[in-house]
Amino acid sequence: MRFGVLRFPGTCDEVDAQLACERVGEAVILWHGDTDLQGVDAVVVPGGFSYGDYLRVGAIARFAPIMESVIAFARDGGPVLGICNGFQVLCEAGLLPGALLPNRTLRFVCRQVNLVVVHADTVFTNACEEGERLSIPAKHTTGCWYAPPALHEQVEANGQVLLRYAPGENFNGSLADVAGVRNEAGNVFGLMPHPEHAVDPLTGSVDGLKIFQSVANHVGAAHV
Amino acid sequence: MSDTLVPHRALGLTDAEYELICDKLGREPNAVELSMFSLMWREHCAYKHSKKLLHQLPTEGPYLLMGPGENAGAVDVGDGLAIAFKVESHNHPSAVEPFQGAATGVGGILRDVFAVGARPIAVLDSLRFGELDSARSRYLLEHAVGGIGHYGNSIGVPTIGGELYFESPYEQNCLVNAMALGIAQHDRLTRSAATGPGNALILFGALTGRDGIGGASVLASAELGDADADKRPTVQIGDPFAEKKLMECSLELLDRELLVSLQDLGAAGLTSSSSEMASKGGLGLDIHVDRVPLREPGMEPFEIMVSESQERMLCVVEPARVDDVLAICAKWETTATVIGEVTDSGRLRVLSGGDVVGDMPVAALVDDCPLYDLAPEKPSAPIYPTPRRVLESDDPRDALLALLSSANLADRRPVFEQYDCLVQSRTVRRPDDADAAVLLLTTPSGGGAPTGADGTHPAIAVSIDGSGRRVACDPYRGTVEAVLECAANLACVGAEPLGLTNCLNFGNPEKPHIAWQLSESVRGMADACRALDVPVVGGNVSLYNEGPEGPIYPTPVVGMVGRLPDAARAGRLGFAVEGDAIAFAGPFTPSLPGSELAKLRGEPLPDGLPEADVGAVRRAQEVVREAVRHGEIRSVHDVAEGGLAVALAECCLGGGLGAQVDFRGAGAEGEPLLETLFGEGPGGFVLSGPRPALAALAREIQLTFVGEVVGDALTLTLDDGAALSWSLAELDAARARGIADALEDV
Amino acid sequence: MSQRIRVLVRPKAGILDPQGQAVERALPALGFEGVENVHVGRLIELDVADPSQVADMCEKLLANPLIEDYEIVEA
Repeated sequence: MRFGVLRFPGTCDEVDAQLACERVGEAVILWHGDTDLQGVDAVVVPGGFSYGDYLRVGAIARFAPIMESVIAFARDGGPVLGICNGFQVLCEAGLLPGALLPNRTLRFVCRQVNLVVVHADTVFTNACEEGERLSIPAKHTTGCWYAPPALHEQVEANGQVLLRYAPGENFNGSLADVAGVRNEAGNVFGLMPHPEHAVDPLTGSVDGLKIFQSVANHVGAAHV
Repeated sequence: MSDTLVPHRALGLTDAEYELICDKLGREPNAVELSMFSLMWREHCAYKHSKKLLHQLPTEGPYLLMGPGENAGAVDVGDGLAIAFKVESHNHPSAVEPFQGAATGVGGILRDVFAVGARPIAVLDSLRFGELDSARSRYLLEHAVGGIGHYGNSIGVPTIGGELYFESPYEQNCLVNAMALGIAQHDRLTRSAATGPGNALILFGALTGRDGIGGASVLASAELGDADADKRPTVQIGDPFAEKKLMECSLELLDRELLVSLQDLGAAGLTSSSSEMASKGGLGLDIHVDRVPLREPGMEPFEIMVSESQERMLCVVEPARVDDVLAICAKWETTATVIGEVTDSGRLRVLSGGDVVGDMPVAALVDDCPLYDLAPEKPSAPIYPTPRRVLESDDPRDALLALLSSANLADRRPVFEQYDCLVQSRTVRRPDDADAAVLLLTTPSGGGAPTGADGTHPAIAVSIDGSGRRVACDPYRGTVEAVLECAANLACVGAEPLGLTNCLNFGNPEKPHIAWQLSESVRGMADACRALDVPVVGGNVSLYNEGPEGPIYPTPVVGMVGRLPDAARAGRLGFAVEGDAIAFAGPFTPSLPGSELAKLRGEPLPDGLPEADVGAVRRAQEVVREAVRHGEIRSVHDVAEGGLAVALAECCLGGGLGAQVDFRGAGAEGEPLLETLFGEGPGGFVLSGPRPALAALAREIQLTFVGEVVGDALTLTLDDGAALSWSLAELDAARARGIADALEDV
Repeated sequence: MSQRIRVLVRPKAGILDPQGQAVERALPALGFEGVENVHVGRLIELDVADPSQVADMCEKLLANPLIEDYEIVEA
């Protein structure tokens, strides 16, 4: 099981994501300027401030050469996980529904939050149980998920919301407490909290490991 | 003639200094040379009033790898790894433009760390403003915190700790001190000396504009008056995205061993960096200013030499390696240009279009600035106004709530939640978890944490601690306390101190009473460092922090790095298990004068503080440290501002558990209750854990069992049998709004 | 011959605009009354050889059509 973790200029949490992936498989860093995905089984678009968040969060990274390959990989059904800035990039690339707006308080917030697993029978949550609470840190300025009413209705009706902030824990104002959402086909998933920062008992909760384990499980099952 | 008509005086040089420059050059300096000398001979670059004093500080130690004089100091932390670290001030720029001042302060200290080849792994900040009832202080707080968060978060370096205080002497002169740590393999630590005549000098990073021309250095050597609006054009603007690329580029260049030496550009820009590189190498440099890539058209040679545009580095490269260096810079989208070469002339020459527009001996710029002796004199009358009384009641129940609500003790969550404390996956203790931050020692390339043969995870601890008001009471003893406090914080997580960096923030040293504060404080720091066997690896001095209303409190800020053998045993401050015993430990002698409670009650600053038994405090710290490492103590908290009662409240709130504490007989004979509860001083710890584990310590230090962890209230039983009780909810509510309200109000 | 074009990007009507709200809250505190409906957006200025391409630039990069409206102005 091999993960590919993207690195754009300004990306900050790619090594953290790589360390998390390495707990359930192998992981390589993929440079933004290359187009070769090196045959990885899953792609992770990590957190940080790609291109300094210039113009709009994720707006410039979305056009990197590596992203052309990631978009093709996703259209072919390959699993793609977007974390924080990665979620923003995938929304800009049209691989995920909606957009991320500035936090309601306009401030960066770094805080451990509780998330509720809405659906557990997915590529990204099969190691969890429905209704389970995951304790995972969130750290961002632009994490308020938004979709126009018709799109939002569709997303909910299709069961595309996989994670919500537990009651009282939504600090960024996301519509319907959406913390993580998948595409229609189910192979692309984005979330604002950082599961890669919840994998080591020495540094906090290990609930985030389940997300990576789920992807590894999915890829493993597909190869059987 | 008035000063403005005499160029050298307008630039801040004395007539005697000007004469000396003429003497060194053998002629009068031209405009380029005069501007360069005026910056290099300013306090901020030359340390002319402090250098002699700083020689007192101990700079040797068994773990010391790099001492003062390089961009950052470094200590050995085992497993072939080194931690480079330093603290620096950015006070005057932050008073003018707090967001950018604080941001570029962080940017500057990060560059100092990666300039020695260490990957930055953490930032801490020490902030001091006026009281929060002033709109200006709230504005400075909001924007300085925003600037630190903006820069640190964007560049992917976690901000893991800090301190924040509010006192009226800082109203006109805020303090923003930024500390950074980096990690490197021992053999990768890099020095800045330029070597090898014929080698190329390459400038890489951002373009050069008119940022800060005459900026940091000028501001730092002048007392701020009402005209600071005019200083606005000289403020530097930081770009963390540019620095992220610059950092990755620099680290890759060093990793590939392509550089002879590396130096960052800070105060006085190209002038100071190039002259310091040349000075350390005992060589000369030729700089072609017409080759410097500019952001603004038509800049004159002197402007190019003194520009403080951010996010730039200088390196020396062998001619055969130049193309490789330029290629790596191109990969990281970082502009890079060969702007000069190393010579054996011993002179710094500035050329433009083939003409020599400046030609100075390097030694004259860097080493020959006259150093001044201070003329210290203890003040005969108090310098500082008495704090305004805000607590009318003498009731200890009210006192605890008032202390917790006060700006110096209120919950700092609204501040530290604006900082990413997690990136790089090393953070074992986050802000508020413990008295010091704790970081895993992973290898610089990011592979998993090194594990000892017995499955342990080595880690480092770091704390930043300063003192203002207590140093004002007693510059010598107050500074000793600050050093002890920092070491105590490290002991609480189980760490042994390896080295210290300091920033000395003081008023105008040409005034005898400030000179006295500075001399006494440095003497105290030297003695305390020697007593604890902790060497000084480097630091910074910020002088002239005063305005028409008077000087700041004398404020030495200390940053210490320590090591602990196993992150799994890092200490925590919150009570953890119902039924655990609680004990007070250490040679603690509470004293009210100069304390937070005394401040709230509007008492004047005492003349002098009690002497600490430094040897006994050191032994107590060692005993506590070993107990934490042993793993049986459940929580440890150092007693600091607000004394024992506040420390107990913080342990309760930290763990979400209450406590029953018996204060009967706790105080010394005849000690007033308020002194027992809220008196301050070094050497005290609040411990919790299984009774036998705590009892074992009683053989080695003073230890008194005082109660147990229980329920959801803090209850103190007093001498007359009466009890004081506060519910956790009440304590939490008292602490919640002090800082939060100030931030929301802006 | 290139032409100077300005693009104004603003949040779509109805979208939560916390920056606009923050500004709207701050103005009365400074003594300015009677201010409503504040929105904060972005200005992008470019010299372009072919102005007819600007709309496409907006659709693809300069604005996010899901959450933003744009207006092209010849300077």
